[in-house]
Amino acid sequence: MNNLPTISHLQIVPDEYRKAPNAQDVATLIEIKNLSLNIDQQAIFSNISIPIYSKHINVLIGPSGCGKSSLLNAIIRLTDFTKDAHLQGEILVANKNILNPNCNLIELRKKVAMIFQKPTPFPMSIYKNFEIPLKEHGVKNKIDIAAKMQSALKSVGLWKEVKDRLNKNALSLSGGQQQRLCIARALTLAPAALLLDEPCSALDPISSQIIEELLLELKQKYTILVVTHNLSQAKRIADYVAFMWYVNQCGRLVEHNEAAIIFNKPSNPLTSAYVQGVTG
Amino acid sequence: MPPRCIDNLFLRFIQLVSLVSIVSLLFIIFFLVKESYLIVQEKPILTVFTDPAWHPLDGQFLLLPMMVGSLLIMLGAMLIALPIGLLTAILCRYYAPRWFATIIQRLMEVFAGIPAVVYGFWGVMVIVPAIAAWQAPGTSLLAGILVLTFIVTPGVTIISYHNLSQVNQTLLHSAIALGLSRYNIIRHIIFPEVKHGLITATTLQSGRAIGETLAVLMVCGNVVQLPGSVFEPIRTLTSNIALEMAYAMDTHRSALFLSGLLLLLIVLVLAFIAESMQKPKAESQ
Amino acid sequence: MKLPSNYNPADILLAGFSWLSGLLVLLCFGYLFADIFSNGYAHLDWQFITTAPENAGRDGGIAPMIISTTILLFFALLFSLPIGIFSAIYLAEYTSYEHRFARLLRYALNTLAAVPSIVMGMFGFAFFVIILQIGFSLLAGALTLAIMILPLLIRNIEDSLRNIPHTYRLNAAALGLSQVRTIFQILLPMAKHGIAMAVVLSVGRAMAETAALLFTAGYVMRMPDSLMDSGRSLSVHIFDLSMNVPGGEKAAYATTIVLLFSILIINAATVLLSNQITRRSPM
Repeated sequence: MNNLPTISHLQIVPDEYRKAPNAQDVATLIEIKNLSLNIDQQAIFSNISIPIYSKHINVLIGPSGCGKSSLLNAIIRLTDFTKDAHLQGEILVANKNILNPNCNLIELRKKVAMIFQKPTPFPMSIYKNFEIPLKEHGVKNKIDIAAKMQSALKSVGLWKEVKDRLNKNALSLSGGQQQRLCIARALTLAPAALLLDEPCSALDPISSQIIEELLLELKQKYTILVVTHNLSQAKRIADYVAFMWYVNQCGRLVEHNEAAIIFNKPSNPLTSAYVQGVTG
Repeated sequence: MPPRCIDNLFLRFIQLVSLVSIVSLLFIIFFLVKESYLIVQEKPILTVFTDPAWHPLDGQFLLLPMMVGSLLIMLGAMLIALPIGLLTAILCRYYAPRWFATIIQRLMEVFAGIPAVVYGFWGVMVIVPAIAAWQAPGTSLLAGILVLTFIVTPGVTIISYHNLSQVNQTLLHSAIALGLSRYNIIRHIIFPEVKHGLITATTLQSGRAIGETLAVLMVCGNVVQLPGSVFEPIRTLTSNIALEMAYAMDTHRSALFLSGLLLLLIVLVLAFIAESMQKPKAESQ
Repeated sequence: MKLPSNYNPADILLAGFSWLSGLLVLLCFGYLFADIFSNGYAHLDWQFITTAPENAGRDGGIAPMIISTTILLFFALLFSLPIGIFSAIYLAEYTSYEHRFARLLRYALNTLAAVPSIVMGMFGFAFFVIILQIGFSLLAGALTLAIMILPLLIRNIEDSLRNIPHTYRLNAAALGLSQVRTIFQILLPMAKHGIAMAVVLSVGRAMAETAALLFTAGYVMRMPDSLMDSGRSLSVHIFDLSMNVPGGEKAAYATTIVLLFSILIINAATVLLSNQITRRSPM
């Protein structure tokens, strides 16, 4: 820890929004611009600007407590559930600012799905786990529900494992299966983007590997943003990486670039210290 | 209808439903006040202390003996139940083997749920004759105290045990590590920790004890008098209401409602004391 | 938790007194139990449960009281369970502990829980029986009981809702579920054991009630024809037999056993449910 560059040496990325040099013509689905979050007067992160590239795996790394998860929550306005939470700046999803008070949150959350750290299937049958969200979004017909459930379960490779026990409680599945169930459940709503908050941190290595392979496959169709503090995982799956650090307990963006650049020749000394495992 | 509208409508709806509890409480207070207004209108309120006797049909409304009766019976029962309950809880928590503690705990849970009228009935069948064999007439202040003790002991034991088990484990570990003796740990480490909780629990149980009606009515003899000894019969505020409510008219009825109001006030004051004794709870969310 | 045992005089004294109280409690309550069972057992048979009382309750059975008690419990729950569930949802899902209306509501509930049952009975008498002109009836009794169990229901249901980890609400929101659907399809099913527990506790409380029923449901002994008929609960029956019916002791003992048995069942249900809750609760 001693030979770390001090915060005053830190050259934090300028506050304006910009794309990585080699990605000027890659489309973005979500654009985070000058975003700050305060909870009860306490700054959680401030002035974050990151482009989230369509149909790529975008990874957010950084030490715990630097506001990565809060940033993820902000994108689908789950911060609304926290008392006295205030967001400032802009989050554009498909060019619409979702911080606008008139934003239709249910539509937003349909478009951008989120997977949480701990697998949280609802403690009811596997079938019910799909039926409830699908019914909410207007799929009433049993045959349609079954078809959508089947295709979602197939796309996460879970269909063969669970097809004979769709009426069993979802909690009877293993941790890795539960997490894949959650991903499948999110996919049935046909989202454009998937946000994953440390999806493997509660799982064993083999389940983690299955999830990672799944993500690499899913990026053909979906925009993916993963928060992780597992660096080797980030190296294996990331196309673009944003690195966050905290200054006075407030999260700041240090660097954002292609994965290869972040891991091999980052421009910021703090980034290179972090990715080489000196700190964090 | 868009989901957001449904959400809002639902919120309004359950807010409205939640009002039921508040409205019920206001109704209760309103009716007690309204019904006791008649007597307050006719006589000064202190009449309940100064009238020569309780002869409601002759316009004499001395409630003092009933108040004394209620207080005595409550104090007596709490004085017996508190040490027994606390010691039993200490026994279960720190001295007794596990199986014994479990038996007592389960037993107390069952007995806490038993209708008070059962204790009253048993008092009539067993306690009153036993006292009568010693000092006639048997139906007495003592019988009331004993029956009430049976009623509140399970509650006191359960709450004491609950308080004891909430003592910070690390605190206990460090006390043990310091080599303190068992007695000293209980006396100087655990007791100060649970004191507040115990006072709160005792006050709440006292409220329950003073509000107890039929069980007490069954064994106390219900003579309106200031008792000279524990063997003399007494009447409590609650029994008074239960005994005379059915035929009371006009000011008599109003006097009964006034005693009900008084009872409610006592219980509320006790509840208020209990609340303010409570250590400030760490607020979650 | 076991504390180190070392024998100094103070410790021996405390241990001695503790054992003394414990054994005293065991002895007294054990005796009570044994006495009631040994005295009531002979009088209790199938006929006692299924026939109507005769001779002011000295002979015959207690069928009408069992029916009246069941009706009272059923309707008390019917009135207060929906109110209880909705109020609990409001408290747990829409308000924080500091919220002003919620604090008022909580305060009212605590107060309501502290109201002595005889006072509740007076209110029921003055309001339901006289003002609303329902008369001495099962309906008036059930309404009074409903108010009495409301605080217990709300507090327990609120607790079981609050015990559901917050992530489930975030998860539901992330799936774009509306709050109403989240509550009814996810949170309430998850809280079902807690709700059952609240119901069981309330039934126990209501079944033990006597004083409040005396002036609301009345104490007519025959089989009730309708909700507007007066009816006598088991607890009131015990009271009446032991106070007003010389020679009614045997029947009173037997009725007590029936009541105790119901309470025991309720207690067993509570233990089972709370085991279920601790076992099934998602961390």
